[in-house]
Amino acid sequence: MEAEPAVRVSGLVKRYGSKTAVDGLDLSVGRNTVTAVLGPNGAGKTTTVETCEGYRRPDAGTVRVLGMDPVADAARLRPRVGVMLQSGGVYPGARAVEMLRHTARLHAHPLDVDALVERLGLGSCGRTAYRRLSGGQQQRLALAMAVVGRPELVFLDEPTAGLDPQARHATWDLVRDLRSDGVTVVLTTHAMDEAEELADDVAIVDRGKVIAQGSPEELRRAGDGRPEQEALRFRGRAGLDLGALLKALPDGTAAAELTPGSYRVQGPLDPQLLATVAAWCAQVGVMPDRLTVERRTLEDVFLDLTGRDLRS
Amino acid sequence: MTTTAPGTYTPAPGAAPVGRMLLAQTALETRMLLRNGEQLLLTAVIPTVLLVLFSAVDVVDTTGPGRRVDFLAPGLLALAVMSTAFTGQAIATGFERRYGVLKRLGASPLPRWALLTAKTGCVLVTEVLQVALLSVVALALGWSPHGNPFAVAALLVLGTAAFSGLGLLMAGTLRAEATLAAANLVFVLLLLAGGVVVPLEKFPSAVRGVLELLPISALSDGLRAVLQHGAALPAGDLAVLAVWAVLGLGAAARFFRWE
Repeated sequence: MEAEPAVRVSGLVKRYGSKTAVDGLDLSVGRNTVTAVLGPNGAGKTTTVETCEGYRRPDAGTVRVLGMDPVADAARLRPRVGVMLQSGGVYPGARAVEMLRHTARLHAHPLDVDALVERLGLGSCGRTAYRRLSGGQQQRLALAMAVVGRPELVFLDEPTAGLDPQARHATWDLVRDLRSDGVTVVLTTHAMDEAEELADDVAIVDRGKVIAQGSPEELRRAGDGRPEQEALRFRGRAGLDLGALLKALPDGTAAAELTPGSYRVQGPLDPQLLATVAAWCAQVGVMPDRLTVERRTLEDVFLDLTGRDLRS
Repeated sequence: MTTTAPGTYTPAPGAAPVGRMLLAQTALETRMLLRNGEQLLLTAVIPTVLLVLFSAVDVVDTTGPGRRVDFLAPGLLALAVMSTAFTGQAIATGFERRYGVLKRLGASPLPRWALLTAKTGCVLVTEVLQVALLSVVALALGWSPHGNPFAVAALLVLGTAAFSGLGLLMAGTLRAEATLAAANLVFVLLLLAGGVVVPLEKFPSAVRGVLELLPISALSDGLRAVLQHGAALPAGDLAVLAVWAVLGLGAAARFFRWE
């Protein structure tokens, strides 16, 4: 473990005219981790990442990538950092494999292009020009171009936006393999499940600031005290009398039959609560089918922090 | 689903040697240009058709003694340089900017100067092909060129620099669609008013003084002076081209936006 994090952003401010896109943002990315920068549209995710990539100069604050200044040390940083833009980046008339092979040629020790093409299913693009590829094919090509130079650190800006489930999983698998081979990955997303699936560390960004950062588990736990977001659900006979159950449950717990035969017990979940429910089921002779434990999800955390109003 | 051996992605970063990057980038740029139908129309078909058409039919009453092809060939060589260095390069670069190609390449190990060098290399390769094509067609039509090949090369190089600067200035400041429209419009206007097929003597003298300062006029006039009349080194035309090159490249360097 090295002392200097892969990315260190402190007090970053970036304005476009009168609009403040990033407003005093702090972010630290440990080496060899997957960090998800999660936030609603317009939160400042892309601006932050593009500042780390050296495309934007901070109006205030400092940004260090692999210990260097992304603008001043650009020439030394570029070979070490892989970049996937949110869209575009390829000659409109170029073919997928041609462009990937070209990108590989700009690097000293690139990955095996054919293996990468096969892994990401780019072979099927054939001789089709980039501008006629599907959105998913364009995304996968951009991902391949970001990793083909064997970088230490990759920035992926919404790598799975608009992908079908197969391509999404292929992308996730690749990100996991990158991490286990020692690559640091920073990705932006507004997909909670993506952050939960992949990230060691999640930074929730809203209105240009990081409003929470931690592992998905830590973030979920930070919301204890919102017991209405935890529940046991099960199915049984319709019309069971919940009186005895309610009497046995501790205060602050609610039980209800939502639709005939579908039951929900809400409250702080612990083994004792589960045992109480199970004992009651045994008493009334019901097998609790499809018994599930619902925990607060990252989505709940996210919505609690960023609000439920639609953003313009 | 293929499984990948552990260690496949272990970081091994590094830029390729700059010579390899330059070669790869020049080859890619040239392939993109040769694959583009509209570009080929502009760079190969239009100059060749004009050469054949205007040689065969006396549409424009060319001035001076000698065969029409001796007047036309230098003008169309100038047009070929403009079509590639200015029109073609402006349109291609404008769309590369719009599609984020320049932005993405900015994050690659390829330095910006190497990208611009590769673009210049691509223009020069295309021009060599154009000059070869037009020369073969013109010779078949009975063209008998004169003059010093070094003077011709100097004119072509300075003309390329002047038109590249103006093309990149346009591509780097206007929207891609505006560049497409403007570059084509300028191409047609300069084709008609730049001494390419219509001698500048046909224009009223008041207008003519201005038209002679256009880069296309200087290039076609200079090439004609050498190839048709055997002049040693058309200093005036070279000076006009040099001024355009300095202004165009300087403004492009100052105002070009990569995104």
